[in-house]
Amino acid sequence: MLYLKLFWSFFQIGLFSIGGGYAAMPLIQKQVVDMNHWLSMNEFVDVVTISQMTPGPIAINSATFVGMRVSGTFGAIVATVGCIFPSCVIVLLIAYFYYKYQNLLVIQGALKGLRPAVVSLIASAGLSILVLALFNGSAVSWFGINLSEIDVVAAILFVTGFKILRKFKPNPVYVMLGCGAVGLICYQFI
Amino acid sequence: MHTPLPYLDKAVACIYDKIISKLRLMGDTSIYMNKSIRLYGKLFTSTFYLSAFTFGGGYVIIPLMHKKFVEKYRWIEEKEMLDLTAIAQSTPGAMAVNASILIGYRLAGVFGAFVTILGTILPPLIILSVISLFYNGFQENAVIKAILKGMNAGVAAVVADVTVTMGKGIINEKNMFAVLIMIVSFSAVFFFNMDVILIILACAILGLAVTIYGRYKQRGMT
Repeated sequence: MLYLKLFWSFFQIGLFSIGGGYAAMPLIQKQVVDMNHWLSMNEFVDVVTISQMTPGPIAINSATFVGMRVSGTFGAIVATVGCIFPSCVIVLLIAYFYYKYQNLLVIQGALKGLRPAVVSLIASAGLSILVLALFNGSAVSWFGINLSEIDVVAAILFVTGFKILRKFKPNPVYVMLGCGAVGLICYQFI
Repeated sequence: MHTPLPYLDKAVACIYDKIISKLRLMGDTSIYMNKSIRLYGKLFTSTFYLSAFTFGGGYVIIPLMHKKFVEKYRWIEEKEMLDLTAIAQSTPGAMAVNASILIGYRLAGVFGAFVTILGTILPPLIILSVISLFYNGFQENAVIKAILKGMNAGVAAVVADVTVTMGKGIINEKNMFAVLIMIVSFSAVFFFNMDVILIILACAILGLAVTIYGRYKQRGMT
């Protein structure tokens, strides 16, 4: 039953995450944190962070992580297979038709509406992560934020990291490693 | 009695031909087998390698695949790779997985696709399994906690950067429809907590409708 639930949750994540790894974040958050309570919001953000540091897509990383925590190795495999199952079927079908007809109008049309939606989905997930990073998860709702509780170190890290990314376009991994190092010094030793 | 002979000759020749071609085929399949096993092996190792070294997000894997399959092995042409990228982007699921399915299917059929899928998902499966085993101990460790906390702010910055880049791309298209969708879907998710799946479906249908309507109008004018 639990395996079925894992499979079904990640099947939905695999089926509805379109347009790159970040777009999967709100879906994973909904299934894993809000609906099934497999992870807390803090743990979820940690998984996103770990996903950024390790190879592999976010959806598959979180499928493995959640499956492993909920019911061991077999759970991890079930969740991962659930996650890639819809892609396998749909991509193979489209590949078949592509090599037969070479016409992608239907996909391109759907994509026209999806592309802007994906941007806002990513923005929304990013804001949730930002709120958590800046307020240590103490702020539950967006409107109830108490500005005096802001984590100054995290705020400075966010702003400098963002500026550096915009200006020099480095590999994001370096920015995160830098943030980790500064975090270690500030939170641990000061 | 020489009339049936040509037929007999023909029949014998035909059977002989068939046997020879069967034999040749059998000999060939063993060669093919070796060849295809080598191809599967190469597909597996190259996708495993690509997946193991693709850090941070799916888009990174496309240039790496381009280098390997278009430039190095010359298995796929430049323009075809562009189309495959478009399909990988526009189909549901992780981009790295989709791209490797397409390449596996293109080079070695459905079974090839399964080989490349395996190669792509094994590295994250193994790495994250190991990490999740250590995570509980990790989480209580003050040093790790401090590092993760700093990194969470970094992730927020990375996501913000991606959002700004993508958002700018949409706004620069100067398409009212796209901007409107962006604003409406953002407020629906963030402020009204609407179901993400519903929003995705609605936007896909809307985009499709607008595209088909545009085509229809174009055709009506010419």
